[in-house]
Amino acid sequence: MKTLFEQSCPGRVGVIPRKPGKRASDMLSASLLRRETPRLPELSELDVVRHFTGLSRLNYSVDGNFYPLGSCTMKYNAKFMEYAAGLSGFTALHPLMAQLRGAGHYTQGALQVIWELEQQLCEITGMKAFTLQPMAGANGEFTGVMLIAAYHRDKGNRKTKIIIPDSAHGTNPASATLAGYDVVNIPSRDGIIDPEELEAVLDDEVAALMMTCPNTLGLFENNLPHIVEKLRRVDALLYYDGANMNAIMGKMRVGDVGFDVVHLNLHKTFGTPHGGGGPGSGPVGVSERLIPFLPVSRVEKQQDGSFVLSYDKPKSIGYIAPFYGNFGVFLKAYAYILRLGGEGLRRASEYAVLNANYLRRKLEHTLNIPHERLCMHEFVASAPEGLRALDIAKAMLDRGVHAPTVYFPLIVPECLMFEPTETENKETLDELVSLLEEIIKTGRENPQALLDAPVHTPVRRLDETAAARRMILTEDMAE
Amino acid sequence: MPYIPHTEEETRAMLDIVGVRTLDDLFADISPDMRPKSFSLPAGLSEMEVCSRLDSLAAANHTNVVSFLGAGFYDHHIPKAVDALSSRGEFLTAYTPYQPEVSQGTLQAIFEFQTAVCRLLDMDAANASVYDGGSALFEAGMMAFRQTRRRKLVIDECVNPIWRVMLSTYTANQHCEIVIVPHKNGTSDKAALKAAVDRDCAAVMVQNPGFFGSLDDYTELFTHARSQGALGVISVYPVMQSVLKTPGEMGADIAVADGQELGMPLSFGGPYLGLMACRRELVRQMPGRIAGRTHDVDGKTGYVLTLQAREQHIRRSKATSNICSNQALCALRALIHMSLLGPEGLSRTAELGMENLRRALDRLTSIPGVTMLNDAPFGNEAAIVLPMSAYELADRLTRKGYVPGFPVGNYYKNMDNVLLVTCTEKHSREQIGILCEMMASELRGGM
Repeated sequence: MKTLFEQSCPGRVGVIPRKPGKRASDMLSASLLRRETPRLPELSELDVVRHFTGLSRLNYSVDGNFYPLGSCTMKYNAKFMEYAAGLSGFTALHPLMAQLRGAGHYTQGALQVIWELEQQLCEITGMKAFTLQPMAGANGEFTGVMLIAAYHRDKGNRKTKIIIPDSAHGTNPASATLAGYDVVNIPSRDGIIDPEELEAVLDDEVAALMMTCPNTLGLFENNLPHIVEKLRRVDALLYYDGANMNAIMGKMRVGDVGFDVVHLNLHKTFGTPHGGGGPGSGPVGVSERLIPFLPVSRVEKQQDGSFVLSYDKPKSIGYIAPFYGNFGVFLKAYAYILRLGGEGLRRASEYAVLNANYLRRKLEHTLNIPHERLCMHEFVASAPEGLRALDIAKAMLDRGVHAPTVYFPLIVPECLMFEPTETENKETLDELVSLLEEIIKTGRENPQALLDAPVHTPVRRLDETAAARRMILTEDMAE
Repeated sequence: MPYIPHTEEETRAMLDIVGVRTLDDLFADISPDMRPKSFSLPAGLSEMEVCSRLDSLAAANHTNVVSFLGAGFYDHHIPKAVDALSSRGEFLTAYTPYQPEVSQGTLQAIFEFQTAVCRLLDMDAANASVYDGGSALFEAGMMAFRQTRRRKLVIDECVNPIWRVMLSTYTANQHCEIVIVPHKNGTSDKAALKAAVDRDCAAVMVQNPGFFGSLDDYTELFTHARSQGALGVISVYPVMQSVLKTPGEMGADIAVADGQELGMPLSFGGPYLGLMACRRELVRQMPGRIAGRTHDVDGKTGYVLTLQAREQHIRRSKATSNICSNQALCALRALIHMSLLGPEGLSRTAELGMENLRRALDRLTSIPGVTMLNDAPFGNEAAIVLPMSAYELADRLTRKGYVPGFPVGNYYKNMDNVLLVTCTEKHSREQIGILCEMMASELRGGM
């Protein structure tokens, strides 16, 4: 499709405000003004509507397609949540209104949402307190590791290292580094943490272990109680990456089993839409001993039932968000939790795990599935001998289904990672199974057909090497 | 159960295939002693019940006020087409475009967004967004650390204090030094900034308009920074940027902004949008997603995420940043917003705010005891000094339905009487008139 800029027609206007009485040059000296107006597109409202409607049709999405993208929890995003976030009593609320009179007098409804959502997340995870400030999962990881660092500093502990299993998301080591730690990687055995490998690297300089549980292979860490005990011995904390929380709601609470920090992804587990890569929200929950270090401000409930913002936390790590976090996303997650209730959340996890296990069993003879045990809400498979994960993924796109996550985790060869989520029905799963059987068969009989896929998508395989070499990142970076 | 489509028969059939008897048997790995000690959330509600609960919570916020609050976060008119287009499920419910063949809508929009940001800020390259203006400032600092291999940032106290606090939180474990150069009566002390930029400095960071609303030209400061081997970083307000001298014209190396005012509602603090752009030479230091143009096997033009070797999913602990999800849908909104307004609409928006503020200030400064904080040029925001506590005045007027501005004493010492007043295109002459009358009568009564 032509870009907006290619369609631009000088002098054409869309939704512009009335003409001002004075222009900038009447009010400010030329030395403060830009030489020419920014070359933004000049289009009619209909031009713009056609353009973006056209672009939208080039996307696969949960609304349009089965999207079994592992580790991303692409569940259905209920439409009524958009209503909740769009209420003018929330959208028109300036964040600084809370700083006038009584630290929150004019924003009681918003503060109540924050406070109640924090309470709900505490009950779901068994943690003692939550901050909603982190603006995405990785931002939550960073916050969590900063809390761990603040705890050790406060205790006078000299800690320099964080242990991360090789199956972890790339954000884990990146977040730990950003928070000032050296990363120690440990290999897994049979898909889970090997207690011996852990023992080998565990010393007094270890600040924490970052764990994803169930891990990115979709497996539950059976050695969890031993791991908790080992870490306690050296005063190292245990971090829970909540990317996979959709597997365990109502089945295990990370606070009960000894985790000190957890980040959740509201845009995964709690059904808020992914938006093509955000905005997300990555609340962080902590055990008792980390509460003093949480970011400010904190919302507190007073005796009379009103809510107030408190900034008086001398040990706080500071501000993670400019204000309270991605509030518009909280509203959606809050609405989702109210709608499902405790029983609904537990059911969501049960059916997420049922769907994953059903799909795993049905695909056993089609793909190579490395771990002969029940999986949680997702599972990994390897492409059958002679076929590549990438080609299978591209063939799926041709058949109207989004691909699973490919080549992650890095430790599984030709990896395809499926996460069907609880919101897909049995027919959809069965169709995926037949479709994959057909793809594998095609791949064996006519390998070229897979290498050529996709052919029915808006574009076919794109040259990524050329993109990196030519580096055309804007309309103005000419070839 | 809401959003779970399985019938009882299907559930049973599926459990049979998996080879377990009950749904809970699927969780056999979680031993009894690891099961929840409590899980006492209330029962689920119907959609209607949840909506009405949210209706009442929304109504408990005071949004039926006329507000002159800004301080970096502005209430502009958002064309209705922004909501209509950005809420299309094809954009809303897609994920990060890892499969470019079925994500060209998102990818082309990112490419167009990068172009629009670059043209607005007059820079070479932009990313697909970071979280907000504060995290953008932090990431700019990290870029400067990597590029210069130095660990000192010199930052003007006129940079939005909220973002400065975020910067110090985020860099707490970075083994770096942050030198804050005090403001001079609400304007940048450029001589002091220049003096602070030495050969240990990684970057000098300024903001235009400054937090107090004053406008400046940082060309000379950036020239000096370059001579010291330091980078020039500038934070801007996007709507005012449509008329003001650009980061590119001033010779900045990195430009950042909070893009909230390009189509995001205030929404009590988020989601907002961090804009980041830089000179071409710095692209590989930039964090986050970047879309690039290429072609497919048939030679057809298409877009992909590019330069991914910088990112956490490839480089892990050596990545330029830990960012993964950004604010993609907000970036899309900003792009749609900018396309609907176009260059003329965006500059009119800036000018109407400026015009309204001048109208307000003419009358406000004629109230005895009310003066401008300084005589620096300003855009649609300026600081005035009151003969009483700004917090107290704001409180009294807010009770009557008018929020006169932001009392800056919360963030700056010895400035309890200073009020930051903002106007946008949304204020009417009548509203400005009422504000001035209310302030006049309050201040007369108060003296």
